Amino acid sequence: MAHFIDRRLNGKNKSAVNRQRFIRRYKQQIKQAVSDAISKRSVTDLNSGESISIPARDIKEPFFHQGKGGKRDRVHPGNDQFSPGDKIARPQGEAAGNGKGDASQDGEGNDDFVFAISKDEYLDLLFEDLALPDLKQNQLDKLVQYKNVRSGYRAEGIPANIDIVRSLRGSLARRIAMTAAKKQQLKDAEQQLAEQEKLAVPDELQRRALTKQIAELKQKIAAVPFIDSFDLRFRNYQKRPEPTSKAVMFCLMDVSGSMDQATKEMAKRFYILLYLFLSRTYKNVEVVYIRHHTQAKEVDEQEFFYSQETGGTIVSSALKLMLDIVQKRYNPQEWNIYAAQASDGDNWAEDSAPCAKLLAEQLLPLLRYYAYIEITPRAHQSLWEQYQQLLASHQNLAIQHIREVSDIYPVFRELFKKQAA
Amino acid sequence: MSSLALNTGPCLDDGPDWSFELLENYQQQIARVAALYKLDTYPNQIEVITAEQMMDAYSSIGMPLGYNHWSYGKKFIQTEQHYKRGYMGLAYEIVINANPCIAYLMEENTLPMQALVIAHACYGHNSFFKNNYLFRTWTDASSIIDYLVFAKNYVSRCEEKYGISAVEDFLDSCHALMNYGVDRYKRPQKISMEEEQKRQEEREAFLQSQVNALWRTVPGKAQNATTVSHFPEEPQENILYFIEKHAPLLHPWQRELVRIVRKIAQYFYPQKQTQVMNEGWATFWHYTLLQHLYAEGRVSDRFMLEILHSHTNVVLQPEYNSKFYSGLNPYALGFAMFTDLKRICEQPTAEDKSWFPELAGSNWLETLHFAMQNFKDESFISQYLSPKVIRDFRLFAITDDSKVANLEVAAIHNAEGYQQIRQLLSAQYNLSQLEPNIQVQQVNINTDRALTLRYIPHNGIPLADNMQEVLRHLHRLWGFEVRLEQQDNLGNITLLASCQS
Repeated sequence: MAHFIDRRLNGKNKSAVNRQRFIRRYKQQIKQAVSDAISKRSVTDLNSGESISIPARDIKEPFFHQGKGGKRDRVHPGNDQFSPGDKIARPQGEAAGNGKGDASQDGEGNDDFVFAISKDEYLDLLFEDLALPDLKQNQLDKLVQYKNVRSGYRAEGIPANIDIVRSLRGSLARRIAMTAAKKQQLKDAEQQLAEQEKLAVPDELQRRALTKQIAELKQKIAAVPFIDSFDLRFRNYQKRPEPTSKAVMFCLMDVSGSMDQATKEMAKRFYILLYLFLSRTYKNVEVVYIRHHTQAKEVDEQEFFYSQETGGTIVSSALKLMLDIVQKRYNPQEWNIYAAQASDGDNWAEDSAPCAKLLAEQLLPLLRYYAYIEITPRAHQSLWEQYQQLLASHQNLAIQHIREVSDIYPVFRELFKKQAA
Repeated sequence: MSSLALNTGPCLDDGPDWSFELLENYQQQIARVAALYKLDTYPNQIEVITAEQMMDAYSSIGMPLGYNHWSYGKKFIQTEQHYKRGYMGLAYEIVINANPCIAYLMEENTLPMQALVIAHACYGHNSFFKNNYLFRTWTDASSIIDYLVFAKNYVSRCEEKYGISAVEDFLDSCHALMNYGVDRYKRPQKISMEEEQKRQEEREAFLQSQVNALWRTVPGKAQNATTVSHFPEEPQENILYFIEKHAPLLHPWQRELVRIVRKIAQYFYPQKQTQVMNEGWATFWHYTLLQHLYAEGRVSDRFMLEILHSHTNVVLQPEYNSKFYSGLNPYALGFAMFTDLKRICEQPTAEDKSWFPELAGSNWLETLHFAMQNFKDESFISQYLSPKVIRDFRLFAITDDSKVANLEVAAIHNAEGYQQIRQLLSAQYNLSQLEPNIQVQQVNINTDRALTLRYIPHNGIPLADNMQEVLRHLHRLWGFEVRLEQQDNLGNITLLASCQS
C-alpha cells in the first residue's frame, strides 16, 4: 500500500518564516555588520547581497552536556597497531583519536556564524527607517501619468472592444427569457393536437385551430433574433492616475585640484547609496554626472570619478548647467529630480552668494531633494554658510558634513531618516 | 542469496531517469518482496520534493510541519550554506514516523536511487517504526501529524496574543531543557489533536488550581506544612514536566508551551536510542530486497551496479586514523550486525554456537524480527554484537581518564577483549550515560521557593561550563532562584552554579 505525491510544485520556502525570525532576532548584530560592510566593500558590487557574520557565542542554544575531564571509554574501529594496555600520548586539541570530544558536542565550533543575505534583505536593512523626505502635496499632484486600466463592461463602445463571450451570454439569456413562455404554449398545443389525432373522430375545428396556433407560435419563436444590439457588451477602460516612476539623479562634483582621489571615492559611495535608495522607490533612475572646476561639463561615470583636473572652483557653473539640462531634458512635471552635490567646500569667494541665489530661486522649486555633502576635515567655508541660510526656508535642501569614510553611512541615514509623524 | 522462492519476471526499465509510472512499478515489486519477508509496515505516502524543499525538511528536524522559531531558521541557513558550498550532500531521503508513513524522495535522485530509497525508507524504516517496542511505547504514529498541527496553531495563536518576542524567549528556555523533558520510565499518554484541544482548556484551569494549591500562602493546618516539607518527595527526572506542573508564576499558555516542547522531545526520544538498529535494519532490507529482485531477474545489471555503489558508500566505515573518521557509522555497524545475525542463524561456526547457542541454526527471519522488535541500540549491542563483527571492524577500546597522563588501550578484538568491547560499545549508546544525569532535587516551598537541581556525574565527568546559561533559562521558567548542585561518589554535595532573580 503506497501512494506517490508530487510536491515539487509546492512552495519551497517553508522555512522563510523561520529565516525571517532568525534575522529579526539578530537584527542588531546584522545591522551592525551591514553598516560595517558598507564602508569596507568595493563600491561596484553594492548591488549584490551581503555576507553577514555573527559571533557564534551570540547564537548558541545552550543545553546541559558533559564537559571535558573524568573517565571515558570509547570504542573505535580499525585497530592496526594496539595491544591491550598500550599507553598512548593524549592527542593535543580535538584530534581524531579523541572521537566525540567537546567540539562535536557543542554542535558548532567557535567560528563566527556566517551567512548570506539576499540583495533585497541587504537593502532593507541598509535603508531601514529611511524614507524620502517629506514632499509638498502640490508636487506630488503634479507628477502624474495616466494609465489605461480595465474596469468592467459597458453597453456602448467601439466594435474593437466587443467582448464576445459576454455578448453571447446576454444573447442567450435574452432568447431564453423571450421564448420560454411561447415554447411552453407550443408544447401544450402540440400535446393537445397529438391527443386529437388519437381520437377516432377528431374534432376538425379544434384540430385546425391548434395547427394554426402551432404555426403562429413557431413563427414567433423564430422571430426572436439570435443577437440584438441590446446584447452587446463592450470592455470598459478607465484612466487611472499613477505617480510617475521616472527619476533622475544629478551628481555634481567639484574636480578641482583640491579634490583628491580619496575624497572622490567618498563622494562616490554617497552617490551609490543614493542611487540604490532611489532605485528602491522608482523604476527607472537616470543619472546625470556634472563635474566642474571653473567650468562645468556633463560627463560619463568613468570620467566623472577618475579624470583629474586642476584649477579654481566656481560652483555656480555646475548649477547653471544643471538648470539647463533640467529645462532641456527633464521636464519637472514628469520627472522626480534629485541632486547630490559633493565638494570639499572650496569655492571662489565671490561665487558663493550667487550659488545660493541660483539654488534657492531657480533650482530648488524644481527639485524633490537637494543634498549637499561637504567632505573635508577642515572648517567650513563660505559655500556651507550660504547654503545654511537657505535651510530654514527650504525643506528639500539638506547639508551634511563628512570627515571620513565611516561617516558616509551615518550621514546618509541622517539625511533620509524617517521624519517623526 | 535469498532463502525464499524466486518468482522470476520481466526486467523493469532501469532509467536512469525516473517517472511516476516507473516508481510505481518498482514500488509494487519491492512491496511484493517485502511481504515475502514479513515486513509489516504502515501505509506509505511517498512525496517527491526538490532540493530546496529537502533543506526545509532538514531544518525542521524532519518534522513535516513545526511551529515557527528562529532556531529552525538558523538551522536552515546553516544547511543551505553547507549544501551550497558543497560541504555536504543532502540525504537521499527523510522518513517520518507517522501513519501513513511519510517518505520524501529527492527529485535529483536517479531511478535506482529512488528504488533504493523506497526499499530503505518505506519498507525498512517504516517496519521499524511500526514494530520496535520503543516506538510502539513512546510514539503514536497516527496522531503525530495532528499534534504538530495543534502545536503550530497554538504557538501562532500565542504569538498573536502575547507577542512574538514573549513566545520566542519562552520557547528558547524550553528548548534549553528539551533533553530533560522526557519520561524515561513512565509510559506516556497518547496524544491526538481533538483530544488535545478538548482537554486543553480544562487542563489550563485545572493546572492553575493545582499550582495554586501548592503555593497557597494562607496558612493551613500545621500538619500539612510538615508533610510537604520535602518537595518533591522523590527526585524528578523530567524537569520540563515538573515545571509545567509546579512552576509558581507561569501563565496557562506558558504551561501549554512547556507541554508542547516536552511532547515533541518525547516523540524524538526513541529515535535517539535506536540509530544503529534503525539504520542497520533499513540498510539490511534495502540490500536484501533489491538483491532478491536482482536474483529474480527483475532489475538490470546496470541498475544493480549503481545500487551497490551507493550501498557501499552508505556502509563505509573509515578507520580511526582516517581523516574522514567521525566515530562509528551507525549504518555500517547496524548493517554488519544484522547481516551477521543472519549468518549466525544460517551458517553458525563453533564460535557462534558457544556465544549464541539459541540463535545458531534458528530461523533467521524470525530471529531478526525478534531482535528488531525488542531492543534498542544499547541492549541490541550487548545482546548481539558477535566476535566476528568485532574482528571485522577491528574494534578497540580506549580509556581516557583525565587523572592519568596517557590514554590507555583497554581492550582490542581478541578473545580476552570481546566481552569488554561489547560492554563498552553498548554503554557508548546508553543515553543515560551520554546525557548528564540532572534531576529536580528540592524546592523550598515554605521559604524562598528556590529550585535545586542535582547533577550526579558519571565516571567523574563534569558538566560543561555553559551551565550558567542554561540555569538562566531555567530561571525564566521557574521565576525564583534556581541552584545546581553536584553530588560526587562519596555523597558530598557542592554548589555548581545558581541564578537569582
